[in-house]
Amino acid sequence: MARRDTPEINAGSMADIAFLLLIFFLVTTTMNVDSGVSKKLSEKPPPDYVPPIIKEKNIFEVNINRNNELLVEGERMEIKDLKDAALKFIDNGGGIGKVEEGVATGPCNYCKGERSDKSSDHPNKAIISVQSDRLTEYGTYLRVQNELLRAYSELRNRLSMERYKVPFAELEEAYKENRDNEGLKRRVEDIKKSYPQIISDAEPTSN
Amino acid sequence: MSKFRKKKKGMPAVNTAALPDIVFMLLFFFMVTTTMRETDLRIENPRLPAATEVKKLEHKSLVSTIYVGKSKTPEKHGQSFNRIQLNDKIATADQVPAFIINARSKVSEAEVPFMTTSIKADREANVGTIIDIRLKLRDVNALKLSYSASNSSGDN
Repeated sequence: MARRDTPEINAGSMADIAFLLLIFFLVTTTMNVDSGVSKKLSEKPPPDYVPPIIKEKNIFEVNINRNNELLVEGERMEIKDLKDAALKFIDNGGGIGKVEEGVATGPCNYCKGERSDKSSDHPNKAIISVQSDRLTEYGTYLRVQNELLRAYSELRNRLSMERYKVPFAELEEAYKENRDNEGLKRRVEDIKKSYPQIISDAEPTSN
Repeated sequence: MSKFRKKKKGMPAVNTAALPDIVFMLLFFFMVTTTMRETDLRIENPRLPAATEVKKLEHKSLVSTIYVGKSKTPEKHGQSFNRIQLNDKIATADQVPAFIINARSKVSEAEVPFMTTSIKADREANVGTIIDIRLKLRDVNALKLSYSASNSSGDN
């Protein structure tokens, strides 16, 4: 008489099912990495603060009205043209830079602008002032900010390529990974100081 | 010798009975961890504006998020896109300082200067609301700000 084994339930495909579920969850879950346009607010000025007098030509005025239209330096403009206009303004280099920590920065020798005396003196003097209406859409406001930042990063990138033969983003990345590297730090600071981001938000208009 | 050969015939199958257990463990891990965080949204999921110059937010524990958008219960809060959500509630800009101070109390003193506020606002929100929040943030010296945006590098 032949001995019979009790038949075992085949659990081999169980793993397949579990794997399928696992992969499904892995794919569908979005580990949403938060990213955004970062901005450093200025500190609250003391009550007796007198704003410094700035020459008109060193201010690049951007106005956004409640219909999300742009007025740049008194002229209507499309958002797509804003970057180039801002770039031209920052990179003008028509005069001498401001005195930083007792050291005069002198004329901008890395600027490639027109050097017109109607536009900014030096990147470290060039101020971009954004004024919007309270009813402006946030989406438009952020697009404007983004375009202005793009102008700065293009200039920084150009300078970085010229001086160190690497794009600025890579330079920053390298510095982030290796914070103790003095050489990298100096380079990043140098570029940032050459084209400092000065974007100020003016009091919004209402009604 | 013949006895020896006989034994070799039946190849023992590798026991894979424990494999599903391992995989299920992984599965549960992912299921649980992915639902843990993310506060309940009282506003409709904000349609973030797109930007190219975005930076990643590091150190999740040092980020406090303020949502701005349209309320999920319009009969109670109206149709406008300017409702502010702090923690789990719809709030006003006046409550922002308390929110920030509360968030600060949860981290060590040394880390406070690195705290970032992330504003997740709908693209149809008004700049006025954002500026109100910003003024309140400045009052409590929370100066690091990030306007949450989806990365759209490549186009435009």
